[in-house]
Amino acid sequence: MSGPSTYTPKSGFEKWIDQRLPLPRLMHDTMQTFPTPRNLNIWYTFGGILTFCLGVQILTGIVLAMHYVANAGLAFDSVEAIMRDVNYGWLIRYIHSNGASMFFLAVYIHMFRGLYYGSYKAPRELIWIIGVLIYLLMMATAFFGYVLPWGQMSFWGATVITNLFSAIPVVGSHIATWLWGDFAVGDATLNRFFSLHYLLPFIIAGVVGLHIWALHVPGNNNPLGIDVKSPQDTVPFHPYYTVKDAFYLCLFVVVFATFVFYAPNFFGNPDNYQQANPLVTPPDIVPEWYLLPFYAMLRSIPNKLMGVIVMGGAIVTLFFLPWLDTSRVRSCRFRPLMKQFFWAFAVACVILGYCGAQSVDATVAGIPLLWVARLATLYYFLFFWILMPIIGLIETPKKLPASIAQSVLGDTAAAAAE
Amino acid sequence: MAAVGAAAAAWPFIDQMNPSAAALALSTVEVDLAPVAAGQQIVVKWRGHPLFIRHRTPAEIDSAKKVDVATLPDPLARNANKPDSASAADEDRVIKPEWLVLIGVCTHLGCTPTGFEGDYGGWLCHCHGSQYDTSGRIRKGPAPENLAVPPYAFLTDTRVKVG
Ligand code: HEM
Ligand code: FES
Repeated sequence: MSGPSTYTPKSGFEKWIDQRLPLPRLMHDTMQTFPTPRNLNIWYTFGGILTFCLGVQILTGIVLAMHYVANAGLAFDSVEAIMRDVNYGWLIRYIHSNGASMFFLAVYIHMFRGLYYGSYKAPRELIWIIGVLIYLLMMATAFFGYVLPWGQMSFWGATVITNLFSAIPVVGSHIATWLWGDFAVGDATLNRFFSLHYLLPFIIAGVVGLHIWALHVPGNNNPLGIDVKSPQDTVPFHPYYTVKDAFYLCLFVVVFATFVFYAPNFFGNPDNYQQANPLVTPPDIVPEWYLLPFYAMLRSIPNKLMGVIVMGGAIVTLFFLPWLDTSRVRSCRFRPLMKQFFWAFAVACVILGYCGAQSVDATVAGIPLLWVARLATLYYFLFFWILMPIIGLIETPKKLPASIAQSVLGDTAAAAAE
Repeated sequence: MAAVGAAAAAWPFIDQMNPSAAALALSTVEVDLAPVAAGQQIVVKWRGHPLFIRHRTPAEIDSAKKVDVATLPDPLARNANKPDSASAADEDRVIKPEWLVLIGVCTHLGCTPTGFEGDYGGWLCHCHGSQYDTSGRIRKGPAPENLAVPPYAFLTDTRVKVG
């Protein structure tokens, strides 16, 4: 995509195409010869896994849409019909519903990887920002999708999330009505959510294209966080990383399949096998696991507008990350102080997720979880807005290796390779 | 000019999302109150929302009246049958003191609160812990407003029309 192309058309036909639509050239340069740091580890295989997940969701989703009926009176039964009557409908639906969880599992690993190795730092700011955009679109898509089966959690989840907009002063309640197309979540809401649920994954696919385009300008970051300095630091993408990616993809699919075949409702909520009832809220409403940390933040703030601002702020913060980190060193491998705060941050996210799944008044060993969630929320913001800028300035990083090749091959071998 | 044209072209695509005339046509429900004994509450559906109709006991009315309005998080009546500026005093929340008619939508994020729960004997919303008193006023938790009172009228002593 960038840099001089190494493609040479092999036949007259390829030459003819190349002069008119250089698509084979694009594929060759991005997926075959693309120079990739030789030290990428397992955590770098999740980009490919994510692309796979998107493909799986689109494929299974299109099939589900052939049998699904977006009507408040029929949706629940149509999903049950998919489960019982449609040939292999159960399989396709379980792949789709567990696929959403697998997708988020992969995206969280991918994001924490970026955070740990400083992949958001110059010159990769836009890759990170586009990534956060994809994450936002994924959350919207998954939210719309979760509404479609029209169970109790679908309905009340939709009610709570759309009501977040009613916190906006003056125009809030009009926005909520506009989103619903009615005075409450109902048939009009379900129809538009289906339309958007169908649309957004294709938008995501487009934005993924931008993400990869932006990636191929500076190339991959790597676990050392140092720049590629010579051809010895890289290997061609194919076969080295096509094989590595494929291997870890297979392992990922094993985990995925284990859920689909042995615990298909592990991530689900039994209340969603009850049809939506606008008159009765289930006693404990919880979102899907991947939204729990944000939900915990929302609940930990005793004021409606502030709760929504904090929750939104947690995501918006990620957009500013490239400028909040003041360190010159990318990778946490060489940042002894940052490394500790990074892990504390990861723990805070898990704690928030745990708190979000419990009822508001729950306690653990006498400690009210509400306060635990408040502390974790505080740390989340402290980490990005205060600790990151300061640590970057006061920390003494460890000595960086001279090059990727030297670090991987040792001094002599690297010298010999030159 | 171009901006005006663009906005005019965009408007139909935005406005189509708003409730259609069919959804706007205010529906009304009539409810027979005779079977509802003091201390009971019934839930009816109105405009897609649950409606709480509670036959309050004298003790519940008393406890609602005793509260000093100045101490309430939301000082307004939120009663469609009273002027917007009416206070949250219990008299302004009802037409007849024994009948409390409310839209059963938590003013936080829209869950349906559960009756006869919480510290104030009114409603407790399980979603994020908002508590309402026996006048449906917010007392504790993240909800900002009192439960709304819909427009309603008594047709007879035991028949009420909502909407
Ligand atoms: C980014 C990709 C996608 C994500 C994260 C996603 C997520 C979800 C989720 C969480 C559900 C609810 C699953 C359940 O509990 O039943 C769902 C349902 C559904 N999705 Fe998707 N989806 C994606 C792509 C698509 C696409 C491309 C289509 C169609 C073209 C589609 C069509 C459907 C349909 C018809 C349902 C309702 C049936 C059901 O509940 O299983 N999805 N989606
Ligand atoms: S919706 Fe009732 S407390 Fe949040």
